[in-house]
Amino acid sequence: MNDLAATFPMVADLLSGRQPGLWAIVGLSLKVSALATLVASVLALPLAAVIALFDFRGRNLLIAVLNALMGLPAVVVGLLVYLLLSRAGPLGPLGILFTPSAMVIAQAILVLPLVTALARQILEDSLRELGPYLRSLKASRAHLVLTVLAETRLSLLTALLAGFGRAAAEVGAVMIVGGNIEGVTRTMTTAIALETSKGDLALALSLGFILIAVVLAVNACAQWLRVRAHATLG
Amino acid sequence: MQRLVEPPASLALDALAFSAGGQSIVKPVTLVLPLSGRTLILGPNGAGKSTLLQLIHGMLPPDHGSVAVRQPGAADRPVGAHELGFVLQRPVMLARSVLENVTHALAVRGVARAERESRARHVLAGVGLAALASRPAPRLSGGEQQRLAMARVMAADPACLLLDEPTAHLDPGATASIERLLRDWSTAGTGFVMSTHDLAQARRLADQIIFMHRGEVIEFGPANRFFASPATEIGARFLAGDILE
Repeated sequence: MNDLAATFPMVADLLSGRQPGLWAIVGLSLKVSALATLVASVLALPLAAVIALFDFRGRNLLIAVLNALMGLPAVVVGLLVYLLLSRAGPLGPLGILFTPSAMVIAQAILVLPLVTALARQILEDSLRELGPYLRSLKASRAHLVLTVLAETRLSLLTALLAGFGRAAAEVGAVMIVGGNIEGVTRTMTTAIALETSKGDLALALSLGFILIAVVLAVNACAQWLRVRAHATLG
Repeated sequence: MQRLVEPPASLALDALAFSAGGQSIVKPVTLVLPLSGRTLILGPNGAGKSTLLQLIHGMLPPDHGSVAVRQPGAADRPVGAHELGFVLQRPVMLARSVLENVTHALAVRGVARAERESRARHVLAGVGLAALASRPAPRLSGGEQQRLAMARVMAADPACLLLDEPTAHLDPGATASIERLLRDWSTAGTGFVMSTHDLAQARRLADQIIFMHRGEVIEFGPANRFFASPATEIGARFLAGDILE
């Protein structure tokens, strides 16, 4: 309870600018999570479109695997990426272990199944609604895909936000592949874990509140965009 | 885009049939429909009206049978990809403006970009939606949405419209405006084949009736003859209100 009471002045102190390292941590957290979401989306959205809009052998198996991967434990992903990027690993020569790049890779792997599954569901629902109309126009496959993607762009934004949220809240994988090096790979979540292990619960909680506020701000911006678009498009 | 067929062309249905789950939904249908006519497919719910329309259009592939365009003095030929326009029972609105809904349909149908907007505005004026061109289509009323759906189809200048109970969810005022449009277009040369279970509507609009029951075409002929003296007992019972399904 005392830790909780001490949290609010500490949050104010952290935000006051007297803790110069804080904004670097916030910036790195946002940068890594945003890049991981972007990388994952570049793969996830086309994959979701193929699964949702085309019928092919093994489609149901692929959906089941992707759905199962949504529950992928972060530490396992961290460990696998660590093994890949470690000096003896196949990607060791890249020399990116304990760098933000390694953290982006680990988070992108975690985010990929989530964004794919959500986007696939969004696209399938849209196809169910638009399908009869597009078939009545005898639309080509290309027109069908483009129309469904255009009509679901706002909903797909929600899928990306869910991916960003998972990346921003993740700690296990980035701790393993990033190493929590101050000024290099320390993010909000790894800093919270560190302060908790040191027993400074008030600071850990303060950082936690700032992390929640940052994620809320990003989602609020996206929601504002959605509301504006709905007002324009109906 | 130039219309590919001119009256008195017809649609020739040859043993067109469809089944699903081992059940016959449409039993083999063979008949000739004038493209410029006003044909109503009449029958109770579950008669196979919508399925027959989809088979004619081609959005549903038949189990067997075919549809062809028949013109005097020429061999039957396959129906062109965009010769038949289809209007769904519940219009699907794209989340964009009324005008963009029409230009999108024209783009899908291969109309050149430079032509799309002028054609869209022309057809919107025809259905009384010119003033709403920039309004988001999902915000239109039910009747306006159905008129927009018809405008999207008519913009591509089809030879014939196929309509699947387009007024089933509309109030009498909106229904009247849809029927007025259909009459006007038919007078101008674009006929229609429309499914309905509404006897009064069929009396108002039809010059030909296809009466279906349980997947089978029971009667096909002039509307006045069907309503005055149906050739079958089932037809007579339907007109008397004794057949509900």
